[in-house]
Amino acid sequence: MPAYACPKTLDEALDHLASGAWTVVAGGTDFYPARTGRAIGEQMLDITGINPLRGITKDGGYWRLGGLTPWSAIEGAGLPAAFDGLKCAAGQIGSVQIQNTATIAGNLCNASPAADGVPPLLTLEAEVELSSRGGTRTLPVAEFITGNRKTAIEPGELLTAVLIPVESATGIGCFLKLGVREYMVISMVSVAAWIQSAADGRIENARIAVGACSEIPRRLPGLEQSLAGLTVDDALDPALAGGIEAACLADLSPIGDVRATAAYRLHAAAELIGRAIRQCAKNGSWGRP
Amino acid sequence: MTKTAFTLNGHTMTVSTGPATRLSDVLRRRLGATGTKVGCDAGDCGACTVLIDGQPVCACMVPVGRLDGRHVETVEGLAEDGTLNRLQRSFLHHGAAQCGICIPGMLMAATALLRSNPAPSEEEVRQGLSGVLCRCTGYRKIIRAVMEAHRFEAPENAVQKGHAVGGRVRRVDGAPKVTGADIFGDDGAPAECLAVKVVRCPHHRARFALGGVDRFVEAHPGVVRVFTAADIPGENRFGVIPAFADQPVFAQGACRFRGEAVAMVVGESQAMAELALDEFPVTWEPLPALMTVAEATAPGAPLLFEDREGNILTRGLVRRGEVDAGLAAADTVVEGAFETPFVEHAYIEPEAGYAVRVGERVEVHACTQSPYMDRTEVARILGIDDEAVRIVPTSTGGGFGSKLDLSVQPFLAVAAWALKRPVRMAYSRPESMISTTKRHPSSIRIRIGAGKDGRLKALDYLGVFNTGAYASWGPTVANRVPVHASGPYVIADYRARSEAVHTNGPPAGAFRGFGVPQTALAQEVMFDELAEKLGLDALEFRLLNALDNGLPTVTGQVFETGVGFRQCLEALKPHWRRALADAERHNAADDGARPRPRGGGPRGVGIAGMWYGCGNTSLPNPSTIKVGITAGGKVVLFQGAVDIGQGSNTVITQICADGVGLPMERFELVLGDTDLTPDAGKTSASRQTFVSGKAALLAGQDLRRNILALSNASGSADIGLAGRRLTIRDGDGERIIDLGDLEADGGGFVLWGEGTFDPPTQPLDENGQGEPYATFGFGAHMVELEVDTGLGRVKVLKVTAAHDVGRAINPTLVEGQVEGGVAQGLGMALMEEYLPGRSENLHDYLIPTIGDVPEVETILIEEADPLGPYGAKGVGEQALIPTAPAVLNAIRHATGARLRVLPATPERILRAIQEAGKG
Ligand SMILES: Cc1cc2nc3c(=O)[nH]c(=O)nc-3n(C[C@H](O)[C@H](O)[C@H](O)COP(=O)(O)OP(=O)(O)OC[C@H]3O[C@@H](n4cnc5c(N)ncnc54)[C@H](O)[C@@H]3O)c2cc1C
Ligand code: FES
Ligand code: FES
Repeated sequence: MPAYACPKTLDEALDHLASGAWTVVAGGTDFYPARTGRAIGEQMLDITGINPLRGITKDGGYWRLGGLTPWSAIEGAGLPAAFDGLKCAAGQIGSVQIQNTATIAGNLCNASPAADGVPPLLTLEAEVELSSRGGTRTLPVAEFITGNRKTAIEPGELLTAVLIPVESATGIGCFLKLGVREYMVISMVSVAAWIQSAADGRIENARIAVGACSEIPRRLPGLEQSLAGLTVDDALDPALAGGIEAACLADLSPIGDVRATAAYRLHAAAELIGRAIRQCAKNGSWGRP
Repeated sequence: MTKTAFTLNGHTMTVSTGPATRLSDVLRRRLGATGTKVGCDAGDCGACTVLIDGQPVCACMVPVGRLDGRHVETVEGLAEDGTLNRLQRSFLHHGAAQCGICIPGMLMAATALLRSNPAPSEEEVRQGLSGVLCRCTGYRKIIRAVMEAHRFEAPENAVQKGHAVGGRVRRVDGAPKVTGADIFGDDGAPAECLAVKVVRCPHHRARFALGGVDRFVEAHPGVVRVFTAADIPGENRFGVIPAFADQPVFAQGACRFRGEAVAMVVGESQAMAELALDEFPVTWEPLPALMTVAEATAPGAPLLFEDREGNILTRGLVRRGEVDAGLAAADTVVEGAFETPFVEHAYIEPEAGYAVRVGERVEVHACTQSPYMDRTEVARILGIDDEAVRIVPTSTGGGFGSKLDLSVQPFLAVAAWALKRPVRMAYSRPESMISTTKRHPSSIRIRIGAGKDGRLKALDYLGVFNTGAYASWGPTVANRVPVHASGPYVIADYRARSEAVHTNGPPAGAFRGFGVPQTALAQEVMFDELAEKLGLDALEFRLLNALDNGLPTVTGQVFETGVGFRQCLEALKPHWRRALADAERHNAADDGARPRPRGGGPRGVGIAGMWYGCGNTSLPNPSTIKVGITAGGKVVLFQGAVDIGQGSNTVITQICADGVGLPMERFELVLGDTDLTPDAGKTSASRQTFVSGKAALLAGQDLRRNILALSNASGSADIGLAGRRLTIRDGDGERIIDLGDLEADGGGFVLWGEGTFDPPTQPLDENGQGEPYATFGFGAHMVELEVDTGLGRVKVLKVTAAHDVGRAINPTLVEGQVEGGVAQGLGMALMEEYLPGRSENLHDYLIPTIGDVPEVETILIEEADPLGPYGAKGVGEQALIPTAPAVLNAIRHATGARLRVLPATPERILRAIQEAGKG
C-alpha cells in the first residue's frame, strides 16, 4: 500500500518533501484524471489540509493568493476590476465542481499550454512564491513556467502563494476563451488583456497574453507597445486588426491538434485580442483609478 | 490502511482503506452507497457529484484520506424519512430522469444550488449544473424541474381507469432513479465477485504473441487465471446478425482494430484493482492500418476478411423509374458530396455487469438493449443450450444502439463458467470508447433534379459507410439507408446505392437512426440549395413534394392512412414565418460594426424533414407480452422490452392497462429476464412502442376477454378489482368473483392474457421494391441560430420540432425523446467526432453540456397508424435525424456558408464563410 500524508502545517509538508519521493496533490483535478481506471501507485502528499495556504489577503506591496485557493473563491472574492481577467477565467474553468476543488497553484504547476489561469496572471505580472525547507523564493509566472508541462519548481519546493503587485490592481482587465461548447471545455485559444490609462484617456500601459497558442501562454510585447497612446476611439477602429494579426504571427507558434489547426488558432487569437481590447475600451475609462 | 472518519448523510462512518482511494470507490464498494455513479473517473461527467461540507465536488477526484471530520452528502440522503423531497418529486413529475444514470449527480448539484438560491433563473441553473453531463434528456426537463422545485406541490398522479393512454403519467420506474436505489450494471454485483481486466490491442492493426502467461499468474498473487482464445469453450465468435457473426471474443494472433480484446485476467478484486496491465506478457508487431474507406478500397489493399472482396461487407440498392433520364429531363439539378465522422454514443454508464454460474447454467446480469440476442450469443460462445443461459438486464444507463451488441457479457460468462465463481466487470470510460461500436462515418454523393414547377423529378444517391473492423450492424445500415435516402418525399426516378466497407477503425454499429441521420443530412441540405435555385421557400418546397396518404414511396409502398409529414410541415409554418421575420429584423439591426465580445452575429433559420421506418427492414421482429392475475388479486405484467431510459416500462403498462380496463396502479412489473419474460425483441429501430406496445395491447385485450368470459359479459362491461374481488358490471348486471375460488396454475395465476405482434412487411425485390416497414414516423425540425462570423462559433437559440408519432401514449415521455434527440443531433452537427487513438475520453470527445441545448418546442402530430397500439408509432430515433441538416441550413441562411463536413466546428464554419464570401 503506497504511503499517503495529509499534513496540517507547511513545515510538516516541507519535511516530507525533503525526505523522499512524494507526489504533491492539491485539488487533484489534474492528478486523478491522469490515472483513470488505475489504483494510485505513488506516495501522495495531500496538501489540502494546510489551511493557511488558502485565502486572499492584501499584504504590503502585493495581493497574496494562497496557493490552495480554489477558483470558486477567486471568482467570489470581490477583487478590484483590474483583476477581472483572472476572475473571469476562474469562472470559466471546468464547472462548479472543478472550480470548488481545483487550485490556482495546481493550474500553474500543471503548466498546460491551455491553462486558463496563466494568461490573466501574466498580464497582472504575478509572481509565484516557492517554499522549501531551505527558505522561500519568488519568481515571475513568466519565468516559472518553462515549457509544456515544465516548470522551474525544484524538488522539495511547494508553490505556496501567487503574488500580484499592487501596481497591477489599478486598470481594467478581461479574459476571453474559445471552446466548442459552453462549459467544461479546454480552451482552443484564450486571451487576457489588462489596460491602464492616463488622465487624458490614452492607453499608458497595455498587457496582452494568449493561451494555447504556443508551448506556454505568453505576452505579446510588440503589440503591447504599439497600443500605448491609443484612445478609446482608436481601439474601436477596425484598422487595429492588421497590427494585431501581425503581432500574433510574429509572437505565437500554435500547434494543430484534436481541437483546432494552427492557422485557425492564429486567426482566433487575433480576433479575440481585438475583442478583448474593445471590451476594455467599452468600459470607457480604461479603468482609471 | 488508515482509518478515516467522516459523516455520510449525517451518520458517522469509519473506513479503513488506502487513503488515496477515490471517494467514489469507497462509497460504492466499501459503504454500499451505489447511488453515486461513476461515468468517467476523470471529472468530465459529474455523475459522481457529492457534497463535501455543502459544496458540490466530483467524488472520483477526492482521496478519502482527506475527509477526516468532514461531512459528505450523497443522493441517498435526500429523501426525508423515506419520502422524496421536493426536488426529487419535481424531477419525477417533470420527467427529468430518463435512464437515470446522471440523475444523482444532477440532484446533488441542484441541491447545493437551491440551498443558496431557492428560486434560480434558467441561467443560474445552467451554471450550477454545468458540471454534470446527461446524454438522454437534452437537459430541458432537468432545468425545469430545478427551477420549479421551490414551489413544487405534488399533484396527484391520478390516472383514471381506462384513460392511461395519452396521459402525462409519471414513469413507473421513476422513484429509484431519484433516490439512487436503481441498480445499474455496476451496482448489483455480490461482494465475493472476482474481477476481470481485459488486455486490448493498442494499435489499429497488429500481430501479437503471448508468452509466459503462467509466469505472469504466478508472479501476481491474487490473480486466479488468464483466459485467451484457447479458453473459449464454444465458438470464439459473436455478432448481432448470425450470418455475419465475425468478431472473436479474444483475437488469435492478429488484431483488426485498436481496442480489440486478446486476453483477460481474472482475480481477487483488491489484487485486480492494483494490477497494472502494462506487465502482461504480450508482444505487439504493429502493421500498416486501413483507416479510411479510400485506403480500404484501393487496389491491392490487404483484406480484413479473406471472403469479403474489396473489403466490402455488403451493398444495398433501391431503384425506381429511370434516374439518369429523370435527371437529364430536370430543369434544375444540384449535386453535393458530404462527409461525416465516427460518432460515439457516450452514454454516461460504461458497460458493466456480473455473472454467476448456477449448476449447469450461467446467469449474466448486465446493462443491455437485447436480452434474448445476448442469450443466444453467450450460449454459442459457451457451447451450451440457449436455455442454459439466463440474461437479467440491469437498469441500463443509456444505450442508443451500442448496447445491442455484446460487451462485457462474453468475458463474464466465460470466466464464471470456468471458475465456478461469480465475476464482475465494469469498463473504464476509455475502454468503453475504444472497444464498443460507433456511428458509421459516411461519404455521400447525391444529385437531385426538379422541374421548373418545383416538383422533384429524380434523385441519385451513393452512400459509402465505414463499417470498421467487424460487421456488427453494418448490413442493417446498408439496407436501411437506400430506402430512406429520398426523405419523406415523392420522387419518381430514384436510385440509392449503399456500401459498407471494412477498415481498421472500431466496429461501426447501431446508433439512433442506423445511417439515416447521415443520409438525411446530405438530402435535406441539398433540398435547400435546390429550393433556392428554384426561387422557392424552403418549407413550401418541401410541402409541394411531401409524401402523403395514397402516394408511393421510393420502394413502391403506398400507405392509405397514417402519413403525417404534411401535417408536421403545416404545423411549423407559423413558426417558420415568425422566425424568418425575427431573423430579418435582427440582421437589419446588426450591421456587423458593433463590437461583439461573445456570440451575436447574423441570425439564420433552417428547416429539415425526416421519415423513419419502425422495426426491422423487411425482417420479422415479433414481440410477446404476457399479463396475469393471481389468486390473491395481483396483476402482473411480464414486460421484456428493455427500458434504456426511453420509457417502455411506463408506456407498455399504460397501453396494457387500458387494454384490460384496469387502473395502472394495479400493475406490478416483471421486467426483462429471459427466464421470466417472453421475448419482446430488442430495444432498437424505434420498435418498442409500436411493436411491443401492440403486443401489450393484445395481451391486455386477451386478459379482458378471459375476464369477461367468466360472466358472459359484453365487450363494454366495466371491470373492477379490489383485493381479490373482481367485479364485472355490464349494464345493470353485476357479477362479483372471488379470485381465490378460481383454479390457480403453478405460478399462482388464475387468469392470463398474452399478445404477440409482428409488424407485417414484405421482402424487397432485387430493385429494392416492396414493403420494408409496416409504418413510418415523420417529422421536421426548425433551428434558429446565430453565427459569430469572426470565430465561426454557433449559438443555437431554439429548436422547434414537429413529430408525427401516431398517438402520444405519454406526451411527457415523447417530449423527452425529442429533446434528447435534438441534443444528440446538435452534438453531431457541431462538435462530435471520434478519432480512434485521439479522443478516447470525455475530455477530448465533447458532447453537449447543459449550456449547449436551447429551448426545444415540441409539436406533437397524431396521425394515427392503423396498426399501432391506439395509433402509436415510434419516435426514439426519429428525433435526432432532422436536427443536423436543419442546423447546416440555418448556418447557410445566416452566412451563405455551405458546409459539407461534420462536425461543423468553428474552424470549418469560418472557412466556409470565407469561401462563400469569395464566391
Ligand atoms: C473536467 C475538468 C475540466 C477542466 N477544465 C479546465 C479549464 O477549463 N481550464 C483550465 O485551465 N484547467 C481545467 N482543468 C484542469 C484543472 O482543473 C486545473 O489545471 C486546476 O487548476 C488544477 O488544480 P488542482 O489543484 O486540481 O491540481 P492537482 O491535480 O492537485 O495538481 C496538478 C499538478 O500540480 C502539482 N501541484 C499542485 N499543487 C502544487 C503546489 N502547491 N506546489 C507544487 N506542486 C503542486 C501536482 O503535483 C500536479 O502535478 C479541468 C480539469 C477537469 C478534470
Ligand atoms: S465519474 Fe467523476 S466526473 Fe465522471
Ligand atoms: S437520464 Fe441523464 S444520462 Fe440518462
